[in-house]
Amino acid sequence: MTTKPSQLLELKGIDKRFPGVHALKSVDFELDGGECVALLGENGAGKSTLIKVMGGAHQADAGSLSVDGLVQNWIKPTDSLDAGVAIIYQEFNLVPGLSAAENVFLGIEPQDFGWVRKGEEKAKVREVFKRIGADINPDALCDRLTVAEKQLVEIAKALVREARILVMDEPSAALTKKEVEQLYLLIDDLKEKGIGIVYVSHRLEEIERVADRAIVMRDGARVGELSREELDRAKIIEMMVGRKLENEFPKEIRSPGEIRLSATKLNRGQKVKNISLNVRSGEILALTGLVGAGRTETVRLLFGADQPDSGDIELDGKKLILRKPRDAIEAGICLLTEDRKDQGLVLGQSIRDNFGLPNLKKFSNKGWINKSAEADSFSDYIEKLQIKVSGHLQLASQLSGGNQQKVVLAKWLERNAEILIFDEPTRGIDVGAKYEIYQWMNQLAKAGKGIIMISSELPEVLGMSDRILVMKEGELMGELTNGPNVTQETLMSLAIGEKVEQAA
Amino acid sequence: MKWLKTIFSSDYGMLGVLVLLCVFFSWITFEEQQPEGGDAADSLNRSISKDFNEPGRVLIAGRKTDSGQAFTTRLHGLLIAAGWEIAGVVEGGPPELGKGLRLAFDQNQSLDVLACEQSFVKLAVLQNFRNSEAKMSDVAVMSPESSYWPNFLKTSNLLNVANQIAVIAILAIGMTLVIITAGIDLSVGSLIAVSAVLATWVIREWFGGDEATVGGMITGCGLAIVACSALGLFSGSMIAFFGVPPFVATLGMMMVGSGLAYMLSSGLSIYQLPQSFDWLGRGDDFGGLPNAVVLMIVLYLLAHITMSRTTIGRYIYAVGGNPEAARLSGVPVKKILLWVYASCGALAGLGGVIMASQFKSGDPKYGLMYELYVIAAVVVGGTSLSGGRGKVFGTLIGAFIIAVIQNGMNLTGVQSYTQKVVLGIVLLLAVLLDMLKKRGWKMSI
Repeated sequence: MTTKPSQLLELKGIDKRFPGVHALKSVDFELDGGECVALLGENGAGKSTLIKVMGGAHQADAGSLSVDGLVQNWIKPTDSLDAGVAIIYQEFNLVPGLSAAENVFLGIEPQDFGWVRKGEEKAKVREVFKRIGADINPDALCDRLTVAEKQLVEIAKALVREARILVMDEPSAALTKKEVEQLYLLIDDLKEKGIGIVYVSHRLEEIERVADRAIVMRDGARVGELSREELDRAKIIEMMVGRKLENEFPKEIRSPGEIRLSATKLNRGQKVKNISLNVRSGEILALTGLVGAGRTETVRLLFGADQPDSGDIELDGKKLILRKPRDAIEAGICLLTEDRKDQGLVLGQSIRDNFGLPNLKKFSNKGWINKSAEADSFSDYIEKLQIKVSGHLQLASQLSGGNQQKVVLAKWLERNAEILIFDEPTRGIDVGAKYEIYQWMNQLAKAGKGIIMISSELPEVLGMSDRILVMKEGELMGELTNGPNVTQETLMSLAIGEKVEQAA
Repeated sequence: MKWLKTIFSSDYGMLGVLVLLCVFFSWITFEEQQPEGGDAADSLNRSISKDFNEPGRVLIAGRKTDSGQAFTTRLHGLLIAAGWEIAGVVEGGPPELGKGLRLAFDQNQSLDVLACEQSFVKLAVLQNFRNSEAKMSDVAVMSPESSYWPNFLKTSNLLNVANQIAVIAILAIGMTLVIITAGIDLSVGSLIAVSAVLATWVIREWFGGDEATVGGMITGCGLAIVACSALGLFSGSMIAFFGVPPFVATLGMMMVGSGLAYMLSSGLSIYQLPQSFDWLGRGDDFGGLPNAVVLMIVLYLLAHITMSRTTIGRYIYAVGGNPEAARLSGVPVKKILLWVYASCGALAGLGGVIMASQFKSGDPKYGLMYELYVIAAVVVGGTSLSGGRGKVFGTLIGAFIIAVIQNGMNLTGVQSYTQKVVLGIVLLLAVLLDMLKKRGWKMSI
């Protein structure tokens, strides 16, 4: 069934240094046609650098890269495509204002003296879309497509260019469960056609489902390889972090106290319909559901980032009117946004400036900033949260996801928030840092704060929360007290729409 | 090449460029300098006392100009003090010199020295005396020695550079803040006109024109600055509350402002102003530094401290770097935008007042195209047009780079049309450098 050209892609002794960082340390990597190799590692382990080398975006300082046994020397980014290697980055490279078909053929349009043969283009795109089971109108503008559809357009783009090696960076990150299933089927199909796939992901359960082999990286070096039979969560985690994790989720037994924050009948457009919820002191409340269920929209109301059409919010029995985030922050509510890059941090500024931003009132006197107080306080947090930084003035953009999240956490801890809302707190964060963030959530709960955690990762929801709210299409589908009788299946059936009455 | 990259990569990399420009213009304007006035007298007195051990008899000659008279008066005093006998003092040109010499010889005494300004040495009248008058051969004709110094580096020229750029540099402070918030303000040129016209109009109409008191002038100028600040606030509110793109909002304000200035002045210059109105623009009450330059320096210091030390400065950077993250961190984004545009307007108003003072009149044509020079200064100074990054002192350096290039080209006689081409290229190079810096010195593909 699989045609097996020997060593479709082979990297040998790849070394790459950036100023101050040894990003890749003599890494070997090999991929056969028709197999799917998972590339695993914590953030900062060097996966992204490695796939950039595969795509020709970075040139290795040492080592060789060969396709079909031929050593490649790529200079332009299109060189790798010509050799048959296509990279699908997490952030898609699509032009929003062009149609799906135009994007697929961007740069290689069938043409006569500059006139695009539109009919031919569209026909070919339809054919490719059919091959990969994509139900997309070739004329649809790209910015109207869903994330999953955009991903399919990217895959089509690679196939039209006759790529034989497909590198996918966190392909499932923004997909719904169902879309991820379709992606698996597509990957199986591509494998059958002899295409080699490199699959980069944080989600271990996906690796178990989709990969034939896994190559694990840590600190820029390849630390091991696991065959399909050896793929096992505990083992993978151990290799990735270099130590044994006793438990992925440090769940603690808590007895929540008084109700701190309560919202009654919140409404906003189609995304938030009649949502009532409350958080107790010392409690972690999980808010789950599929992507787009209205969870983020709900907490944005609690944070004053948006205004509700109707509904009340109370903190410790006092009614709050939240016109802007500043009001919520003053009241002691803070939000750790899902999207740290666009909403959580000012990437171009130093981490200390980011840390100080909501706390300047505390660190200033009549508008004058007391920089040393700010620096002292930040130093404390760097130590307490074990943030890995080169200095206070390092730019926020230069940190890994986990450390960025810790900087965001530090800025809110300094603010002494009473209610902390974590929106997908561990998305894009490596296993080690995840564990630390869980521990912090526990500690905060222990200190009597109220915590709301939005998460799509059901194991995380079950592993961390005391109470679980499930949303679907803006509505509350059910409220469950976490316990042994609550399973991923229970949650999933709620999330996809079987409403149940108050369970257990 | 590596050191070049290092220089340009630093925050104030453009300072290196400014220094290089100054060196360059010093080099090509390196010329023989004639000392003038009192300095010339000092220099000549030194040469005379060096050449003559004993005092003798001297005839002093200088032009009948301010600096010539300063020369003769000072030299006269110096030589008398040194014990010389003064045969006479000539003030004027060749005829007066001839008369003076004739007189000196007629007194039947020997004349040792003719101490004169440089321009007298080669006069034909001296040659005539040499041919006709025997005594002339004993006379040492001495003039102040010339020295070599770049025209560019003369104190007067440097002050001139600073004074010429003061208005643009002051406006550029406001523009820097606006651009750091990822905005732009095209209206500052028009606001200069509004301010200059409004200030002078108020002084003429309300306080009696050239009879106006200091209080009246301050009221007029203050009103003009407040009005410009209000216009800036208006642009700012369009941007903050309605999300109008800054380019469009301020383009509108640019037209409105220019129109208002013409309406108020009926298109004419307003010049009915008291003598002392030029204090701000032309006076120099602080150790020889022009008042406008002193004001500029003070404002830059204030702006630098605001941007680096206060919460408002921090918020401005945050709003420019990522408005959504800033808002979710509790930064009052809208207030900051309003503040920034109002400040930019106020500084433009101040620029207009300075300009009115420099020209001692208000005219709706003032400030035409200034927005472009101001934006150029900010960009050359290394502030990123995409917002979130930039330094106030960088802008000052940028403004001076523009001023030095203009001044240098004036000194070397480059035509004004050519100057525009050169300035345009400088702007493009600055943006190019910024881009290269951001990309880590790689070309984009």
